[in-house]
Amino acid sequence: MKAIFGTTLITRGSMQRRLVIQLSLIAFLLSLLLFLIVQGVADRAASDTQDNILAASAISIADALYSEGGQVQLELPYSALSMLGTISEDRVFYRVNVDGTTLTGYDDLVVSARSDVSTQAEFSTFSYRGEPVRAVSVTRSVGSQSQRTLVQVVVAQTRLSLAQISYRITLWAVAIGVAFFLVATGLSLWAAHNALAPLNRVASAVTRRGPNDLRPVRAEAPAELAPLVSALNSFIVRLSASLARSEDFIAEAAHRVRTPLATVRTQAEVIHRSLQHSKNKSALREMIRAIDESSRSAGQLLDHAMVNFRADQFQAVDIDLRELVAETVERLSPTAELKDIAISVSDTGEDFAFSADPILLQNALRNVLDNAIKYSPPDSDILVKLFHDSNFHVISFHDQGRGFEGLNLENHFERFKRGSNVGDIVGSGLGLTIVNEVARAHGGHVKITSNKGEGACVSLFLPLA
Amino acid sequence: MRFFILAFGLIFSNFGVCVGFEIEDQRIYPAMNATQVLKVLSTADIASFDPLIKEFQTQNTEVSVNYTVASSAQVMTAIYDENAAFDLVISSAMDLQTKLANDGYSQTFISKNTARLPNWAKWQDQLFAFTQEPAALVISDKAFEGLTIPTNREQLIELMRANPEVFEGRIGTYDVRTSGLGYLFATQDSRNTDSFWRLTEVMGRLKTELYCCSGAMIDGVYQGKLALAYNVLGSYAENRLAREGGITIVPMQDYLTVMMRTALIPKTAESPHVAGRMIDFLLDENTQTKLAQTTGFPPIFGQIADSQKALRPIRLGPGLLVFLDRLKRKAFVRNWESSILQK
Repeated sequence: MKAIFGTTLITRGSMQRRLVIQLSLIAFLLSLLLFLIVQGVADRAASDTQDNILAASAISIADALYSEGGQVQLELPYSALSMLGTISEDRVFYRVNVDGTTLTGYDDLVVSARSDVSTQAEFSTFSYRGEPVRAVSVTRSVGSQSQRTLVQVVVAQTRLSLAQISYRITLWAVAIGVAFFLVATGLSLWAAHNALAPLNRVASAVTRRGPNDLRPVRAEAPAELAPLVSALNSFIVRLSASLARSEDFIAEAAHRVRTPLATVRTQAEVIHRSLQHSKNKSALREMIRAIDESSRSAGQLLDHAMVNFRADQFQAVDIDLRELVAETVERLSPTAELKDIAISVSDTGEDFAFSADPILLQNALRNVLDNAIKYSPPDSDILVKLFHDSNFHVISFHDQGRGFEGLNLENHFERFKRGSNVGDIVGSGLGLTIVNEVARAHGGHVKITSNKGEGACVSLFLPLA
Repeated sequence: MRFFILAFGLIFSNFGVCVGFEIEDQRIYPAMNATQVLKVLSTADIASFDPLIKEFQTQNTEVSVNYTVASSAQVMTAIYDENAAFDLVISSAMDLQTKLANDGYSQTFISKNTARLPNWAKWQDQLFAFTQEPAALVISDKAFEGLTIPTNREQLIELMRANPEVFEGRIGTYDVRTSGLGYLFATQDSRNTDSFWRLTEVMGRLKTELYCCSGAMIDGVYQGKLALAYNVLGSYAENRLAREGGITIVPMQDYLTVMMRTALIPKTAESPHVAGRMIDFLLDENTQTKLAQTTGFPPIFGQIADSQKALRPIRLGPGLLVFLDRLKRKAFVRNWESSILQK
């Protein structure tokens, strides 16, 4: 596109990059959320486990309370404390309080100030003996109906192993979060790439086309790209219509110019013959030369238009290249004889059957040969050879002219470009363009070799069946 | 026996230890070029620990060792109540050691050697077991002539009931009121078997003698004063047996209570690093392999010789605090007294 319009596209951002960044951001937020959820849930589960065991311990102590002679007694169950040692190595503290005085256990352990009996265990976290502890408090009423005594059982445990578990969980949660983020980012890269793939496909379908290919784009595109593709196609239709119009215009113009030019030339010839004065005669010769040049240009413009048209609507017929060459040579022989140029044709005797548009091909051959004759010095030879080279029929035209100079060989195929050493010879610069386009329409190409001092060689390569 | 109940502060004022708890014995192992002092408070008598200390000093020539022996109850008093400044406490009373660690009187120590200990042999990285010693029944060969040797507690009860003339006044066991280890063994027995109280009852009727220490009981069996001693430390008995015959150590086959001797570094330690070196030394592979030979203490690593028996190792952990509960202890001692003293 850049090359066609000759301007640099101003790009603002990249869809793919924006997609990836947005998806990565979302993945990051989700990872963070996942991390917090995993850590929260796991921490909760771990501390719930400790709470449950603490509650079981306190309840088993409360269940072992009994009243003896109005005195609250306790047979501390072995399991009440040993169960706390089963899952961790945390320190354990307990206190049994009757009417505000310690029955047994650690005197300085905090007891909640509750005075009602509740089936619910009451949890709290505080610092005891320099370490944070989780404590559960259970209140029981002990004794007969008449002599009720409120007893509070407190069991506390340090949280060292909980901290260790929490640390392990955090590590896991971080690992899970990071892994999730990496996977999600990878997937979003892939998704972004995939989402934009149809766009690239359409773009490359358009980029791959030849310069004259103005057919509508047929690449498979998702629904979202349909407006773009149809806009592009309608643009192509308008462009090709406009091109066709200008080609038509050129052909029409050339045709209209050529006919009156022929008349003018005939009249000039007549006048030239009747003139005596050599100065006038040479002026008129100049005029005839100019008319020739214009007429030839018009002819080539017409040829070019015709070549374009026929190349677009290519209709192949089986022909024999040998005949076609012979025909072309015969048609141009009179012109060559005027300059005493001998055209010799040689072929290798192989099969030169080819499927082509004969009018196009003849036009091309005529242009090459016409060029050769034009640039050959008088009294020289032009050698036309027909042979096979690997996969191609080759028709080469070898002259003894001045060769091609001062111009990249490729440039000869561009319209209106001519070599730097041809200023004195009539030419439009369209000849080789026509030849090249014809060769390409037939799937072949043109090769020019220029041997300085030995003339030029133009070879037409046409593919074997 | 070794009851040197000393006015500690008066005689060993250079120790800088508060007056109060009672010690049984003490020895100072000076080092040639001493720059550090390691103060050890232990329930193990000097005779059994002596080779270990000497070996330790050959590896740590700059450390002089003050080795103090006290009963486990006095060890508790020293550390728990008086904050005595010792660097290392070694005791056979696992429950009291656990209470010290649980209540925050010990400090954490982690090394390559402590990491090697299995989880059941350490607690909180503060309490480290370095021996495992089964409680055994020690009998006098002479007294048991013509009697079948019991292999479990039921048989022992039957035997004592059937032969009161042999056993009357000739049974020895720990006085749980004064001996921490005795209390530990008795409470573990009460957990392990229902026949414990029957056994105590039968012992009580036969006017059982009560002792403070394993050594004294073993002496009694040797002297013929005792026909049997129940819940004696097997390691002590084996030590004696190696030198002198006349007794048999009977491993009980219903279950065998196994005590672990533990070490901890108190919070009040003045040289905790040296104490750590001593713990590392005790747990060291070399020390452990030679432990049984040099001291008679079965090592913590490896199996006990009678490993085919129903071992019932006492587990470290808060469960050990239960029998230290004052109500629980009061109730247990009351029950025990009423059984053994027939009050």
